[in-house]
Amino acid sequence: MADAPSSIPVVSAHNLVKRFGEFTAVDGIDVEVRPGEAFGFLGPNGAGKSSTMRMIGCVSPVTSGELRIFGMDPATHGRQIRSRIGVVPQTDQLDMELSVEENLIIYGRYFDLPRRLCRERAAELLEFVQLSDRATSKVEPLSGGMKRRVTIARALINDPELLLLDEPTTGLDPQARHVLWDRLYRLKQRGVTLVLTTHYMDEAEQLCDRLVVMDQGRIAAEGSPRELIQRHSTREVLELRYVPGQNELQAERLQGLGDRVEVLPDRVLVYADDGEAALREVHNRDAMPESSLVRRSSLEDVFLALTGRTLND
Amino acid sequence: MTETGIGIAAAAPAVGVRGAIRVWERHWKLHSFYWRSDLMGAVVQPLLYLMGMGLGVGALVDSQGAGLLGGVSYLAFVAPAVIAAAAMNVAAQESVWPLMAGFKWSNAFQAMCATPITAAQVAGGTLLWLTTKVTISTVGVGAVLMLFPATRTVGVLAAIPAGIVTGLAYGLAISAWTATRESDTSFPVILRFFILPMFLFAGVFFPVDQLPDPIPLIVWAVPLWHGVELSRGAVIGGLDPAMAAIHIAILLVWVGIGFLACTQTFTRRLTP
Ligand SMILES: Nc1ncnc2c1ncn2[C@@H]1O[C@H](COP(=O)(O)OP(=O)(O)O)[C@@H](O)[C@H]1O
Ligand SMILES: [Mg+2]
Repeated sequence: MADAPSSIPVVSAHNLVKRFGEFTAVDGIDVEVRPGEAFGFLGPNGAGKSSTMRMIGCVSPVTSGELRIFGMDPATHGRQIRSRIGVVPQTDQLDMELSVEENLIIYGRYFDLPRRLCRERAAELLEFVQLSDRATSKVEPLSGGMKRRVTIARALINDPELLLLDEPTTGLDPQARHVLWDRLYRLKQRGVTLVLTTHYMDEAEQLCDRLVVMDQGRIAAEGSPRELIQRHSTREVLELRYVPGQNELQAERLQGLGDRVEVLPDRVLVYADDGEAALREVHNRDAMPESSLVRRSSLEDVFLALTGRTLND
Repeated sequence: MTETGIGIAAAAPAVGVRGAIRVWERHWKLHSFYWRSDLMGAVVQPLLYLMGMGLGVGALVDSQGAGLLGGVSYLAFVAPAVIAAAAMNVAAQESVWPLMAGFKWSNAFQAMCATPITAAQVAGGTLLWLTTKVTISTVGVGAVLMLFPATRTVGVLAAIPAGIVTGLAYGLAISAWTATRESDTSFPVILRFFILPMFLFAGVFFPVDQLPDPIPLIVWAVPLWHGVELSRGAVIGGLDPAMAAIHIAILLVWVGIGFLACTQTFTRRLTP
């Protein structure tokens, strides 16, 4: 018996590769995104996230490997696939001279939607992203967060089943980010499949049901944020700040403490299930820091454990 | 089964043209802010131009005797050629900075390619848009020609399409180039060292056989010269039908190759 349509993965990639000349940007990744899921690519700049998104968006041809979107091959069904997805690119691609609603209507026309339907949907979507009062103003003077919301509204004009978001909140202030996250969460509740990239671990934790940690074109780990933290880090982390230049020296005294000790340029991290207990031991060993902090492990720690580097360096 | 296959194959070009029209719609929308300056450029500029060149310089040339230009006034000699020259200038201008904006500064073309629109349709929309701009311009110059008794002929109606094709020959070739550029440094060079010399030496202001030897041969490679021969011949007469066919064929080859080049370079740029 054939699979029910809903069980077909929205995105499935096997050994997916993207090369630009000699350079390999995406180096054989395997991904499967299920309907209704919020799926993330977490990785630093240059990891190959945008290159992957452009292949999924059927804009950039696959170099090798297999990619299927809604079960279709981008090489032969690019137009059909693109008509069912919405794309929020890494940088906004709005027409600055046009009004907010004109941007949406013109974009809707690319999907061959009737002008009247474009106008109706534009009004609804501007309501959804809380920009109705800006419908007739030009895009140019809007804040970064508002432009981002225009881009998201525009990407929804064709009522997509899959929304691709490439670094949706990079460069936005915390408040603008929270507004965006809230809207994306609502979309997910409506059943839209979300695939997003980010180099913010808090964004990945907030939005993603499942994610892959990507580095240098490869996938280092996969799972839910909680699974990844459980698998690759301790429950808590003790952060110690010493006088500049003292990190390496003090770290020697901390050897054997907790599961693992990481020395970063600006701080020393002690991975331990009980951070307070670790801190007492630091005091016992006479390695008093300038300041200390106990926190829960995050995806940042997962990334550090997997790659030996921080996400945003 | 086969019927649907044939149906889809037959519908494909129609879908292609529809997409190109959607791309054109955006160009038109953006442009609707500038129609006043366009009209100025299309009508007022050639009018001033022809009054200066045709009436001013013309008075001087014509005083040398009517035999100089085969019996026509200097105004009647220059004015029809301005249809082709204006088309070249408008198309060249439109194919540098305004087109680059779509690739680089607004990234509007990349945005289109995230929708069912293909890179080839972006090229098709650019072709339609260049045609629009060049049509506005050539019709404008044509209207100015109707103001002067010496050039008030039905031939103007034939000169307009000749001008449009000339404009497209330039616009598409330059657009294909622009699609390969990361910066705009080459644009002033194109306008000053390619377009301007053609404007000056490809037969708009004087017959090319006035020029020293290799040049009358070289102009065969210059679309403007073919456009000038066609538009001038259409308006003041004296065009051999066989030669006209050759001029048209050469211009169409330019347009065809230019469009193919555009689909290639647009695709390479937009689908990396
Ligand atoms: N069109 C391109 N041509 C050449 N190299 C590219 C191109 N696009 C991306 N790259 C390179 O591929 C690598 C991955 O880039 P990208 O996918 O943008 O990463 P990310 O989005 O994770 O920051 C980078 O080193 C980048 O320079
Ligand atoms: Mg990126």
